[in-house]
Amino acid sequence: MKLLAYFRSLAAKLLHRSEFDEEVEEELRTHIQSRTDDLERSGLGRAEAERRARIEFGAQERFKEEIQDAAGGNFIDTLMQDLRVSLRALRKSPGFLTVAVLTLALGIGANAVVFSVINAFILHPLNVPDAESLYQLERGKDKAGNYSYPDYLDLRDRNRSFDGLAAYDIAGAGLDTGKNPSRVWVIAATGNYFDTLCIQPYLGQFFHASDERGPNSAPYIVLSYEYWHTHFQDDRGVVGRVVQLNKRPFTILGVAPPEFHGVLMFFHPDMFAPLVNAEQIEGVTDLNVRAKRWLFMVMGHLKPGVTRAQALADLNSIGSHLEKTYPKEDGDMKFALARPSFYGDYLGPAVQAFLTGLLLLAGLILLAACANLGSLFAVRAADSSREVALRLALGSSRRRILRQVFTEAVLISLMGGAVGLWGSVLLLRALSVWQPFARWPIHVPVNPDATVYLVALFLALVSGFLFGAVPVRQILRTNAYEIVKLGSTGTVRQKITARDLLLVVQIAICAVLVTSSMVAVRGLVRSLRNNFGFDPQNAMLIDTDLGMSGYKIDNFPEMQKRMIDALQAIPGVESVGLADQVPLGDGPNGASIFNDKTVDLRPANAAADSFVFSISPDYFRADGVALLSGRTFTWHDDQKAPRVAVVNQEFARRIFGSVTNAIGGYYKMRDREHPQDADRIHVVGVVEDGKYASLTEKPTPAMFLPLSQARTGSTWLVVRSRRDPLQLGPAIRSTVRDLDAGLPIYIQTRYKELDTILFGARMATMALGVLGVMGAMLAITGIFGMAAYSVSKRLRELGIRIALGAERKQVLQAALGRALKLLALGSAAGLLLGILASRVLAFIVYSATPRDPLVLAGVVLAMSFLGLLATWIPAQRALSVDPLILLREE
Amino acid sequence: MTDQAQLLPGTLDLLILKAVSLGPLHGYGVLLRIGQISGKALLIEQGALYPALFRLVRQGLLKASWGTSENNRRAKFYELTTAGRKRLREETEGWNRLATAIGSALAAQPEEV
Repeated sequence: MKLLAYFRSLAAKLLHRSEFDEEVEEELRTHIQSRTDDLERSGLGRAEAERRARIEFGAQERFKEEIQDAAGGNFIDTLMQDLRVSLRALRKSPGFLTVAVLTLALGIGANAVVFSVINAFILHPLNVPDAESLYQLERGKDKAGNYSYPDYLDLRDRNRSFDGLAAYDIAGAGLDTGKNPSRVWVIAATGNYFDTLCIQPYLGQFFHASDERGPNSAPYIVLSYEYWHTHFQDDRGVVGRVVQLNKRPFTILGVAPPEFHGVLMFFHPDMFAPLVNAEQIEGVTDLNVRAKRWLFMVMGHLKPGVTRAQALADLNSIGSHLEKTYPKEDGDMKFALARPSFYGDYLGPAVQAFLTGLLLLAGLILLAACANLGSLFAVRAADSSREVALRLALGSSRRRILRQVFTEAVLISLMGGAVGLWGSVLLLRALSVWQPFARWPIHVPVNPDATVYLVALFLALVSGFLFGAVPVRQILRTNAYEIVKLGSTGTVRQKITARDLLLVVQIAICAVLVTSSMVAVRGLVRSLRNNFGFDPQNAMLIDTDLGMSGYKIDNFPEMQKRMIDALQAIPGVESVGLADQVPLGDGPNGASIFNDKTVDLRPANAAADSFVFSISPDYFRADGVALLSGRTFTWHDDQKAPRVAVVNQEFARRIFGSVTNAIGGYYKMRDREHPQDADRIHVVGVVEDGKYASLTEKPTPAMFLPLSQARTGSTWLVVRSRRDPLQLGPAIRSTVRDLDAGLPIYIQTRYKELDTILFGARMATMALGVLGVMGAMLAITGIFGMAAYSVSKRLRELGIRIALGAERKQVLQAALGRALKLLALGSAAGLLLGILASRVLAFIVYSATPRDPLVLAGVVLAMSFLGLLATWIPAQRALSVDPLILLREE
Repeated sequence: MTDQAQLLPGTLDLLILKAVSLGPLHGYGVLLRIGQISGKALLIEQGALYPALFRLVRQGLLKASWGTSENNRRAKFYELTTAGRKRLREETEGWNRLATAIGSALAAQPEEV
């Protein structure tokens, strides 16, 4: 209650502030008038008496301030007074206010966004209990995360360091709840998955280790909260309901809690099902093949008191035992522990490096924003130096004036912080609901929390004090007497100051960003016109998995042939090809290849690693891959026929030395369907090299096997047409439905599929673009501040020059020469640095090269445009100086 | 003017309390009263009076009310509160003790040591 009373009295005091000021005013007036009366009575004239009375009274301004301190006395009162003065001052210069607030909003907004992302992904690791002790197992030099089921069982049962080890795989499956069959993303998890992670069900129950009684013994699913919410409308009656997963009955056991999305940060699965049913879920025929490393991740909590080093020693001793016992299957089994949230060392370090880089850039942007605001403040201080001098002369203390300046600075910084935070919250909200890929359940869940708001507030205050400090020296050095007498005089600065240096650095950074974003854009445009080794134009892509509709491996080729034939019959279709994966699609499979003479097919003896594709005879024609030599397949290359392959140039060169040697040659690899067997494969054809997994990859060996000899339910159909491929969509859909209404399919253009591959490059380009624009805006305010400062300092000099008949060109030279010189210097440095930095870009954006006349011209043009934009207003001011008015005023 | 003494720090408050204790006064009146009771021997910067008055009001030693001055001007009059009266007594005693001590110290003769 006491506090309430205090605030009420404070509010009253604030509201009646002007009344208080008036009373003080009146009291002092009464004093001076009474004194005047007395002096008049002693014989002085009224005017002289009044003058004497004022002199005797002393500096009114100072005493008013002291009264203020003595009466209200407290900090908040003075603050409020300063705030009111600041608001009044700012309202008088809306242009300055807008520029300042926007500049800061940019700086603080950028930091808030980056910090939110870091906060969500790194500071708050994972939404599972005891996330600190949860690790995934990585293996070998490549830090591989995938394991075979038997290896997983050995690790789980032999280790003494983990509170249970769980494993899972990610699979797409067809779910039929009685309505349209749709594709869902399933986490096929070991029975101990939920118990190991210590997750409790939101509804119903979970499956447990005790449910695992051999292959296909546990036909249960657990829905994710999101899927339950969107597809079952929060129906609590779903528990116990039987649904069709890949045409097999599965019972819904329960619903996972809302905050649990598995252990991957970006990937939100639709449901969870027991791994022992992997044959039904994803067509894994034999769980017990040790060479088939299909489990996506193995993870667990370290037991309390067990260090990472102890756990690793434990795992490595199991690993060396496995290496010795199964030399043919198990290669390098040296372990490492990593965080599962970004799939360990596969993504983790990259994400961290990326975020650290962003944080650094955001910090730089804020610093540049502060520097700019500092110079804008200096301009204001210079413009108001007469006022400051007057106040000083009237007895106001320098402390008070500085306090006023800081209040103004902090006020602006808080406004900028609020605007920036608001913008960043909008942006983050959009990011949270954004799904970059229609086919994948990828989310970027970032929700700013109290920490983010606090950090933004802190940044705002710090930057306020930072740029508020810039004009301090100027004010402290103000010589009231000189300025009031002479007017503000600008001494022409010739030496290079820290502020100049800062501006050059800032322009250079801006130029780097502009250069690299232009390089990235050009690279992106060019990479889309490049030769991928296939033709993405005029083709549709259909993707499905026969396993989702309950087909068995023996039926795959037959059904696939029926699909090809049916699609071929659609009018306008030129050719139809089928492959288990397409180049630049989801990511092709890999395999070790061995020379024909190698007998022991252990991983260490491999001659090379190659991508593997299973394709139909017409695939090359449909996807526009050029056959350079030899033949492609026919439907007669089946199970009974000798094993054959078509390889690419790089494969031919690496294994056989040349394309001509390759035709008719043999090599060995593990059988695709039965990895324990070795196949001796006859090369019958060679195709051109292509891009398979990424646009930036070097030429990589690839082999193509006939569908019937490497059977798989994974089905991608390329339909090439003479018409606009999009028009084929409905016909394709109805054709497939006629063949099997229960098969979920996904249709898009071949070109659109590249979105996934280009995602990184596009994101990098976009990020650079945004940063480039920010950098440009900051450079503009920076140059503007500098130019405006030099013009306002030298207004008198410019007026005299004009009066003496100087040409416009000379005036501009005098007013803006320095700013433009700095601009040129910064741009040149930035362009050079940008060209160097662009080499790094080439890793992300395919065919990004700075040695491009268009880019160089573009950068020079952009920087000159920025310079023009920033100096326009100061130039106008300099040119419109009217010497007569100016000289009369002074 | 030249034979006026500078105020010791802290003594202005005491003088104001004393001046006001003889009857309610407005600011200029306080100035005149101090001049009168000190025999014009003390130099007071006129403006400095007001911060001191506001400070004493805030400390609850004085209370202020608006009234009309002898030549019909609206003026703020100050008078002592009970706390002010008490403070004046204490300060006066303190000052007297100090003055006596300093006076006797300065009056000391060689033979007395």
